[in-house]
Amino acid sequence: MKLLLRHAYVLLVCAFALFPILFVVSAAINPLGTLASSDLLPTGASLDNFAKLFSSDVYPFGRWFFNSVFIALASSSASLLLSMFAAYAFSRMRFAGRRVGLLSLLLIQMFPQFLAIVTIFMIFTRVTELYPAFGFNTTWGILLLYLGGALGVNTWLMKGFLDTIPKELDESATVDGATHAQIFWKIILPLVTPILAVTALLAFIGTMSEFLMANIFLRDPESKTLAVGMYGMIAGDGRNANFGMFAAATLLTAIPTVSVFLWLQKFIVSGLTAGAVKG
Amino acid sequence: MSLDVREAAEVRSTPRPRRELTTAYVVSRIAVLAVAAAILLYAVPPLVAAESWVSLTVLGLASAIIGYLYLTRRFVPAKYLVPGTVFLIAFQVFPVLYTVSTAFTNFGDGHRGDKAAAITAIETGSVRQAPGSPEYGLSAALKGDTLVFLLVDPKTKQVQEGTAAGLAPVQGARLGVTGKVIEAPGYTVLKAPEAAARAGQIAGLAVPTRGGLIKANGLSRAVEGRAALAYDAGCDCVRGEGDTWTADESQGYFVNAKGEHLAQGWQVNVGLANFARVVTDPTLSAHFLGMFTWNVAFALLSVLGTFALGMSVALALHHPKMRGTRIYRIALILPYAMPAFAMLLVWRDMFNRDFGLINNLFGLDVDWLGGAVSAKAAVLLVNLWLGFPYMFLVTTGALQAIPRELNEAASIDGAPPSYAFRKVTLPLLLVSLSPLLISSFAFNFNNYNAIALTTDGGPFPADSPTVGATDLLISYTVRLAFGQGAAQFGLAATMSVFIFAIVATISAITFRRTRKLEDVYA
Repeated sequence: MKLLLRHAYVLLVCAFALFPILFVVSAAINPLGTLASSDLLPTGASLDNFAKLFSSDVYPFGRWFFNSVFIALASSSASLLLSMFAAYAFSRMRFAGRRVGLLSLLLIQMFPQFLAIVTIFMIFTRVTELYPAFGFNTTWGILLLYLGGALGVNTWLMKGFLDTIPKELDESATVDGATHAQIFWKIILPLVTPILAVTALLAFIGTMSEFLMANIFLRDPESKTLAVGMYGMIAGDGRNANFGMFAAATLLTAIPTVSVFLWLQKFIVSGLTAGAVKG
Repeated sequence: MSLDVREAAEVRSTPRPRRELTTAYVVSRIAVLAVAAAILLYAVPPLVAAESWVSLTVLGLASAIIGYLYLTRRFVPAKYLVPGTVFLIAFQVFPVLYTVSTAFTNFGDGHRGDKAAAITAIETGSVRQAPGSPEYGLSAALKGDTLVFLLVDPKTKQVQEGTAAGLAPVQGARLGVTGKVIEAPGYTVLKAPEAAARAGQIAGLAVPTRGGLIKANGLSRAVEGRAALAYDAGCDCVRGEGDTWTADESQGYFVNAKGEHLAQGWQVNVGLANFARVVTDPTLSAHFLGMFTWNVAFALLSVLGTFALGMSVALALHHPKMRGTRIYRIALILPYAMPAFAMLLVWRDMFNRDFGLINNLFGLDVDWLGGAVSAKAAVLLVNLWLGFPYMFLVTTGALQAIPRELNEAASIDGAPPSYAFRKVTLPLLLVSLSPLLISSFAFNFNNYNAIALTTDGGPFPADSPTVGATDLLISYTVRLAFGQGAAQFGLAATMSVFIFAIVATISAITFRRTRKLEDVYA
């Protein structure tokens, strides 16, 4: 009886979790493709919205998809590498300024980068004048910007992981004549790969959804990410008419993340407790 | 035994053996040099062209230091720290410091440049056609490669050349029937389509005269205008149109006796004026307090709501006889795997009054996001949906780490399950999860997406079109700087500084409290 109550409660929460997703699915295969005609349960099945999405002249969805995946992949892997470097130094070496460095990172961590968006805008106005290839409307510009936030977010987390790896491992390697670079690439990095994968996945998801800075940065249709582009798709007049297309785009955006998620499920539970947030 | 890497290196370096030059060593050093050279080659020319000597010096010094760092064998920790630190300084530390300094200025629309730029803008903006001045016949022409005006006085038929340097007489020009120059020795007169192609350049050319400026009016006429307003350095004021505007360095405006100011101002240091404005300005401060309260409530309720729901499901599933947990778990994680930005927009449209799913399903006609209370409830519900799978995941993980024996011992001692939960399970959960709850609070405190993509701060009350009922400090700040109205970068930066201060205070307090928790339970 009590077990039945548990099942009932979990089923209720599952319904809450799934009904918006069900709505997206039925809107995506809704042949009419408008918000008004979309219902919770599918009223018809067609792939018109997907076809419209890929043949659209106004919305270069493929380009956005590429931009988003490229930016998210590049920035999550590069920023993890940068913070791994720093964490390696903090965890394994003793040097003047180590304590100050760690404490200032803790302090910097409290000030999320996007709070300085006003001056980031001003700085990049100047950068756009000097180096158009790294200015507004460019993938490289926003990539650089995202890398700026790398060290503050992940270094402490990574240092925590590295501290759990026994120091004796690198000591014995040092005795065998390994250099610090060899220890890092051949011993430390392989050992933290599983946990790194989880953190990278979280960084990937976070970057895919980053909207504040991207929306100010990327105004040119060809340069937009999915978040910025799809926001424009159902803004203003397109809100009702383009909803089917938007739902189809949402499903396509979810495919890579969902599949990686299911694949990494067993790492995720243990990896998540080590930190990182999504609201 | 804590023999660390540096000590080990020192031990070996006496007497220093000659280390072999391995291929990896040589290749990596060449790569460093090549990358450094490429960056310098790319970055230097634009800086030279812009005559930005300070940036050039910084760039030169930085690359010299980095180059040296990677070519020597010393400073091993620095080799690992520098790559991230460079980005950190350039794109986080510097912008934050710059934000703080901008908070003390009035930078924004109307105050973008310095005083000289403001004076130029005021004077050229006030140019009107001088009364009784001639309307010249204009032909645009090229002298060599430079664009010049060939001007014909309609009365005297005298031809003059107009350049940015001034007027000069032209001899031997042939005039057409329309009173314009057709040919002149030494000049290439542009034909109409050629002139039209250079319309921008023609409109930009101003020929200074004794009392004013000659500017093109279209492509075939030019008029002499006089600046109605002129700057007088003697009194540091702008005169004209029967009035005098005196420079007010505290506001960065030229102000007249009635207290009105000219539209163009310049950037000045306003001290604490922006901060005072947030706290004392009657319209702003009333909303600031309300906005701050809502912001704290939003973050707090989001964390508590997601944690309560996530934990309760995790507890429900955490039972040895529970079947199908794998399927349930996948269903519960799915919201977390969907793209958050898109699902926020989907929720927004589910709450839509005219076409939304919620009104459709229940046959209602409620404007959910149009009322202050329902909009607040709606964003909290949306955030609950987005956030509870994460809490479910982490509590599941933490629950599995708590030994079952503890709860068994409690039940043997006769404690009812609810008592065992309160006294055993929950405290242990909080020890491992409280850092996550704190960072979740900090995250939601500045959860721009949750607001911008659903209500965009609305609904806006009639008496304050800028501060909406669901506005967080961050979404309000972004609107100040990038919204529809005039950009107020200075004030927006001040708001950012306020957010910094609030977040820092909250973090400091909570970090101290967590440490206490760990001392007690760990």
